[in-house]
Amino acid sequence: MLKVLDSAVPVACWSCSIGHNDSTLFCPHCSKIQPPPGGDYFSVFGLEPKLDLDLPALEHEFHRLSRKVHPDRFARAEEKERQWSLADTALLNDAYRTLKDPLRRTEYLLKLEGAEIDSESKDEKAARVPADLLEEVFELNMQLEEMRMNRKIGAADAALEASLTDAKEETSGLLEAVDKELRIEWQRWDAGDKSARMAGQVRMVELLDKRRYLSNLVRDVTEILGA
Amino acid sequence: MAELNSIGRVVGIDLGTTNSLVAYMEGDAPRVIPGVDGSNLVPSVVALDPISPAGGRPTVTVGNSARKALIETPERVIYSVKRLMGRGLEEIENELKLFPFHLASDIEAGEIPRIQLGELRFTPPEISAYILRQLKRNAERFFSAPVTQAVITVPAYFNDAQRQATKDAGRMAGLEVLRLVNEPTAAALAYGLDRAKEGTIAVYDFGGGTFDISILKLRDGIFEVQSTNGDTHLGGDDIDNLLLGIAFDEILTEHGIDLRRHPGAVQAVRKAAIEAKIQLSAVPAAHIDIELPDGDRYRREIPRAVFEMLIEPVLARTAGPCKQALSDAGVTPEEIDEVVLVGGSTRIPAVRELVDNLFHLTVRGKRPHTELNPDEVVALGAAVQAGILAGASQSTDEMLLLDVTPLSLGIEALGGTVARIIQRNSTIPASATEHFTTGVDGQTNVAIHVLQGERELAADCRSLARFDLKGIPPMNAGLPRIEVKFLIDADGILQVTAREQRSGKAAQIEVKPTYGLTDEQVEGMILDSFDNAEADFAKRLLIEARNEAETILAAVERAPQNPAWKELCGEEQAAITAARNRLAAVKLGENAGQIREATLVLDQATRRFAELMMDAAVSSALRGKTMNTAGEELAEAVTAPHAMAAAEFK
Repeated sequence: MLKVLDSAVPVACWSCSIGHNDSTLFCPHCSKIQPPPGGDYFSVFGLEPKLDLDLPALEHEFHRLSRKVHPDRFARAEEKERQWSLADTALLNDAYRTLKDPLRRTEYLLKLEGAEIDSESKDEKAARVPADLLEEVFELNMQLEEMRMNRKIGAADAALEASLTDAKEETSGLLEAVDKELRIEWQRWDAGDKSARMAGQVRMVELLDKRRYLSNLVRDVTEILGA
Repeated sequence: MAELNSIGRVVGIDLGTTNSLVAYMEGDAPRVIPGVDGSNLVPSVVALDPISPAGGRPTVTVGNSARKALIETPERVIYSVKRLMGRGLEEIENELKLFPFHLASDIEAGEIPRIQLGELRFTPPEISAYILRQLKRNAERFFSAPVTQAVITVPAYFNDAQRQATKDAGRMAGLEVLRLVNEPTAAALAYGLDRAKEGTIAVYDFGGGTFDISILKLRDGIFEVQSTNGDTHLGGDDIDNLLLGIAFDEILTEHGIDLRRHPGAVQAVRKAAIEAKIQLSAVPAAHIDIELPDGDRYRREIPRAVFEMLIEPVLARTAGPCKQALSDAGVTPEEIDEVVLVGGSTRIPAVRELVDNLFHLTVRGKRPHTELNPDEVVALGAAVQAGILAGASQSTDEMLLLDVTPLSLGIEALGGTVARIIQRNSTIPASATEHFTTGVDGQTNVAIHVLQGERELAADCRSLARFDLKGIPPMNAGLPRIEVKFLIDADGILQVTAREQRSGKAAQIEVKPTYGLTDEQVEGMILDSFDNAEADFAKRLLIEARNEAETILAAVERAPQNPAWKELCGEEQAAITAARNRLAAVKLGENAGQIREATLVLDQATRRFAELMMDAAVSSALRGKTMNTAGEELAEAVTAPHAMAAAEFK
């Protein structure tokens, strides 16, 4: 499932037979498409495994690679090249989807490094309120519930709406603060050695939980206000 | 031309609920290919011809001629078949409550649903295949060369089974489907071609039977879909059915006739309801006036205000998907730079008003894009995608479409819950790898139930297929490690591969699609297996060319009786006679190209005569009207004769 970085393994190109390292979508010698490489998501973009990424550069590279590898470019190629284009593009898309999102990226890299993160119970986690937010979100959740009832019966409550609008601002502010802190942790992680990484890991998992909870909250409030 | 023939052309097809079209890239611009009657739209209607006294399997007609049969032989005609594609027995039964055709009576549970049409029965993909074959023939006639590869559009919100059914239909029609493209995305491609814009656009596609909304980001020729949503049960058909329901009720109470028991009359009311709906987009009130089976008349005025009140609940159902799509894309209405309107139902003023409110257009000084004909824009976009795939056009060289899967993919977990493995709005192709093991010692197969949808319980999601992993080497429970790779391809269709990791053996997968046809079944339904054979193709071209020649010759025979004939000078009359004689002679030969050419010459020679006749007809019809209104009505009523259209002289 998650493959460790093994880009040093030399592979011979199926077309020109010249050896190249395994982490490439195209043969560096004859430019022919290659079967999906064995490296991790970072190596698809030729990146070192780091948490603090330059997102516009990542998008640019995603577009550049998509243009070359997408099945649309191989519609009339022979069967095996079409199959590789499909598999390579799926890998490219999976990699981009994971790396562009701060949550998924952090979880992915922490897992690559051997951290135990239980991503299967994501939905349960979303429902668990982070301890330091308990007080603040209790009131907000009550208001959300009241607003939902109002919507259902078609009643309007201007004061409640104004209060929710404020709460949305506030929650967005909290979210930004978490993102800021997360970014500092990322940089620390990227620069640190093994022991520093182990130490930062716990804090990062906490921050990720908090971020997930807050962004769900912002989404819910935005949804109810927009309805 | 020789080179084009050898690689073949790729055409773009819009296989619509109400109308279907075929288009291609002419140089750098997409163009719709007209049918033999000169019309760009082929109504998605399929009819079985009446049983011939000589016996044998009846022939099938498609399009305008099939539509004419709706009133005369309604039990032999089917329309809106797209609503039945990829659906299960129960869903089809529900859907058919609104339509005059019905399922074959002796279908058992688990069997493929077939529609009874006269004395024969067809699966929905077979019906669609007849429409596709007609479009294929129109294109072949236009190019005078075989067409074997196509891009076909589908509603963005189509699920796996509906997509697979569409692909199966293509195969049955003798077409290699190079790609299925989502309709709103195709529309964006058509618009994006001549305006190298950057920004975020929303495509609101409200057609005959389906509704889609897609949010796209455009940058450097890359069309990246951010999110999509919709309803595959929502369209102009629903509006027609509302009007129809009212008419039925009123006719029952006022005249004591239950029209539902008179299929021919149902179609007459349906036709009147659709005409009224179309009129209401332009005038404040429309009238329905039809003859009932007892000779009485049903007359009713529908003011636009009443119409708008009636359809409000239908239109409101498009708002939810729009909001969800915006939220999934992470944008607010203000961040949408452009809105594109697609589909015939977007001509309704109330729909435009709703869109304006949803995306805050007027308040931002914006207007939605309607420059391209909403009936044609999807087909034009399909042609652009065909151009991208063929790599044959400069204008599409730098373009690339990155689409998403509309629905999440999951597998059934313990307790009937769904474990999601690919989230909705993931860019496709997308993949997920899962590991499975055994629960009992010596177990040699594992069953996986794959689902599509957003609900928490498997029972509420759509069942895609049950995969049976077989040939697992017998081991203690929990020891085998079977890696299963789920991959959604660029058509939005699921592919699954599996292998047992400890033994290294590729596990065999037996797929039982919940809905839809197996490969063997599709094989058995391929229409006219010899359709693609060279000799057969040449023969068909010859027959078609002769038919066209006969139509125009018959018309020219009647020409001297028309008053307009006397207005032609002697030279013009002589040219027509000469062209007629040449065509009559050439028609007896075996050369289709020569016949087509002679037909064209005769068509050209009679052009002024046709214009004179049309002028006469128009001035008598419009007498007493100002030039301005006459011009408007003319634009509606008269379509310019196409060079290859069979000329009508009446």
